[in-house]
Amino acid sequence: MAAGGSIDALSQFKLEPVLGLDFTQSNVMMIVAGVLTFGLLWLGMRPRAMVPGRLQSAAEMAYETVLGMCTETIGPEGRAFFPFVFTLFFFILFGNLLGVFPFFFTYTSHIAVTLALTVFVVGLVTVVAIRIHGWHFLSYFVPQGVPGALLPLLVPIEILSYLSRLISLSVRLFANMMAGHVMLEVFGAFVVMLGAAGVIFWIPAGFSLAVNVALIGFELLVATLQAYVFAILTCIYLHDAVHLH
Amino acid sequence: MLPRTLLPLALLATVLLPAAARAEGGMPQLDFANPLTLSQVWWGALIFIVLYVLLSRLALPRVGEVLEERARRIAADLETAQAAKGRSDAAAKEVADATARARAEAQAAINAALDAAKQEAAGRIAALNQRLEKQLQDAEAQIEAARASAMRALREVATETAGTVIARLTGAPPDQARLDGAIGAALATRRIG
Repeated sequence: MAAGGSIDALSQFKLEPVLGLDFTQSNVMMIVAGVLTFGLLWLGMRPRAMVPGRLQSAAEMAYETVLGMCTETIGPEGRAFFPFVFTLFFFILFGNLLGVFPFFFTYTSHIAVTLALTVFVVGLVTVVAIRIHGWHFLSYFVPQGVPGALLPLLVPIEILSYLSRLISLSVRLFANMMAGHVMLEVFGAFVVMLGAAGVIFWIPAGFSLAVNVALIGFELLVATLQAYVFAILTCIYLHDAVHLH
Repeated sequence: MLPRTLLPLALLATVLLPAAARAEGGMPQLDFANPLTLSQVWWGALIFIVLYVLLSRLALPRVGEVLEERARRIAADLETAQAAKGRSDAAAKEVADATARARAEAQAAINAALDAAKQEAAGRIAALNQRLEKQLQDAEAQIEAARASAMRALREVATETAGTVIARLTGAPPDQARLDGAIGAALATRRIG
C-alpha cells in the first residue's frame, strides 16, 4: 500500500498467475461469481416450494427481475435472450460485488474483460439484426424523415454511434469500478500514512476512514447500478436489433 | 455517475493516479505486454460459456418450472373457487325460488279456503233467509186466516146479540134483513169485516 511514501493504488489491479499457469486470480473470482450465481438458483430452488422460503424467494426474484427486464425492454422476443442477459447480469453483478471485499480481485475493473463482454454483446446484436432483417438491417443507419442531402453526413454518424457502443459500454463499467477501487485504496493509504505521521494527524486520518466507510456503501450502489446499466443497455440494443428503430 | 460531494475526491484521485502510475509503470489493465491480461479474457470466456450453459440448461428451467407450476396451481384454484361460487349461487337461487313457490302455493290455498268458506256462509245465509221468509209468510197467512174467521164470527155474534137484544126489548123477532143491513153498515163504518 504505502510503499516509500507514495500511494500505490494500482497494484491491486495487477494480475498474478495462480497454480503456476496463465490462470489468474481474476479467473478465480469469475469462477466464484459463477458458482455463486449457479448456487443461488440451484440451492434456492431445491425445496421447489409452492410458498417460497428466503433463498427461493431470492432466486425467483432474480429470475423474474431479469425476465421482466428482457420482456419489457425487448418485447415478447426477449424470452429468447433471457438466459444470456441473466448470465451477463449476474456475471457482472457478482464480479462487482465481490470486488468490494478487501483483498478480492475485481475482474470488471479490467478493460480487457469489459471490452470482451461488450464485443460479444455488440456482435450478438449485429448477428441477431442480420438474421432477422437480412440486408434490410443496413436501413438502421439511415434515419427516417431526413432530407436526402443530409444522409451522407448522418449515415457515417449513425455508424459511428453504433460502433461507439463498444467504447461507451465497456469503458463505463471499467472506469466506474476502477475509480471506486482507486479511491478506496487512496483513502485507505491516507488512513495508514496519517495515522503513522503523528497524533496531530489522527483527526484527518479519522476523516479519511469515515470517507472510506461511505465509499464502501457507495461502491455497493455503483456495483449494482453498473451491472443493471450494462444489462439494460444490452436489452435496449437487442430491442433495436429485433425491431430496427 | 459520481454525486457532487464526491467530485473533489475523484479529482484528488485523478491527481494522485498519474504519480502512482509512474511509480508502477502504468495501469496493469493496459499492460498488454503481460500475457495474463489477455489470458484472463480467454479463461473468462470459457467460464462465461460454461456458466451460460449451466444456467440456461439446468438452473433457469428449474426456476421457470416452479414459477409455472405455481401460476398453474393459482389459476386452477381460482377456477375451482369460481365454479364453487357458481354452484352456491345456483343453490341460493333454487332456495329462493322454492321459497317463493311455496309462499305462492300457500297464499293460493288460503284464498281458496277463504272463498269456499265465504261461499258456504253465503249459501247458508240464503237458505236461512228463505226459511225465515217462508215462516213469515206462513205466519202472515195464518194471521190473515185467523183474522178472517174472527171477522166472520164477529158478524154472527153481532147479529145474534142484536137479534136477542131487539127480541127482549120489543118482544118481537127482528127483521132479519134490516138487522143484517144495519150490522153490515156498522161494521163498514168501523172498517171491520
